[in-house]
Amino acid sequence: MAELEVEIVAADHFVWSGAAKMVKARTSDGEIGILPGHSPLLAILAEGELAIQPVTGDRIAVVVDGGFFSVDNDRVVIVADNAQLGDAATAGIR
Amino acid sequence: MGAQIRVYRQKISSTTSMRKIFKAMELIATSRIGKARARVAASLPYANAITRAVSAVASQTEIDHPLTTEPDQIRRAAVLVITSDRGLAGSYSASVLKQAEGLNELLHAEGKEVKTYLVGRKAQAYFEFRNRPYERVWTGGTDAPEFSTAREVGEALLAEFATDFDEGGVDEIHVIYTRFKSMVTQEPTVIRLLPLEVVEEQAPSESDLLPLYEFEPETEQVLDALLPRYIESRIFAAMLQAAASELAARQRAMKSAGDNATDLIKKYTRLRNTARQAEITQELSEIVAGADALAS
Repeated sequence: MAELEVEIVAADHFVWSGAAKMVKARTSDGEIGILPGHSPLLAILAEGELAIQPVTGDRIAVVVDGGFFSVDNDRVVIVADNAQLGDAATAGIR
Repeated sequence: MGAQIRVYRQKISSTTSMRKIFKAMELIATSRIGKARARVAASLPYANAITRAVSAVASQTEIDHPLTTEPDQIRRAAVLVITSDRGLAGSYSASVLKQAEGLNELLHAEGKEVKTYLVGRKAQAYFEFRNRPYERVWTGGTDAPEFSTAREVGEALLAEFATDFDEGGVDEIHVIYTRFKSMVTQEPTVIRLLPLEVVEEQAPSESDLLPLYEFEPETEQVLDALLPRYIESRIFAAMLQAAASELAARQRAMKSAGDNATDLIKKYTRLRNTARQAEITQELSEIVAGADALAS
């Protein structure tokens, strides 16, 4: 199965990158889930948490306070003003 | 004669203590420069991602956004001058300020009013000494800029840009900073930040073509959110480059100051030795002359 190539960058540092099965983010309109094969998208991130389900290992939660993300060719670039790796236990994948 | 030796001794000891300061400053600059360059590198992924997104939005839609459209007439410009807080960095701040003067004259020649924004105490001192007006100044931490400062600067400039000309707003924004080319070359550079010149990028290969994005929520809102970030990121990048340049300039200036101090110490030591020898010779000849006078 195809996987997503995820990259999270904050204004002054690099946060995380790796392969993922799914990314769930909150845009200003509502929540959006990205699976491999998603059509190209450029969206505004709302303040809050986004969740990443890596190919191996536990889900990762990232707290962002605004930013945007782009999806093209299974490559997800999350550009946050400020991003912090959060507590995995509270990650938003249910 | 004795007085001369004392003068040389004083000069030697003061130059020696100055050399200690120069050496210390050089070491500090050297140790910080790596970190400053690492920060420039760390900010690159963000800047690249944001630039790519902005050009993606710009290349496929007929953008009609206040931030990208060129006003019919540019009557007032804002200039952001990025210098250092502290001196002892050779001609670092001076060359930025010189560049700023040049731009100022150019803009005035084009019939534009200029509003100046400053970063760094050196620029502030320069403008205050000459009783020249400036709008706002940000000081502190020019050798390790924070993103929050860049955001503040960006917000202030964008607010000016959003204001109408009649209410004191500006039509374009320039930034002057020192570009870090390498450890030995740093170049004062002027960029025009706004209105944006969205460069239609020529895609070098098929895979690099920008995909047709969907926008969420709306193209305009995406642009509204993207452009201020783009501006902030450009300003932050400029500040980081300026910080790295400042440290490199300081390191170089302190290195040559230390070398010059070493040369001076050497020169004064020679002079002191000559003076001491001359004194001894004179004393000797006086003694000999005195003994001769008694013997005869």
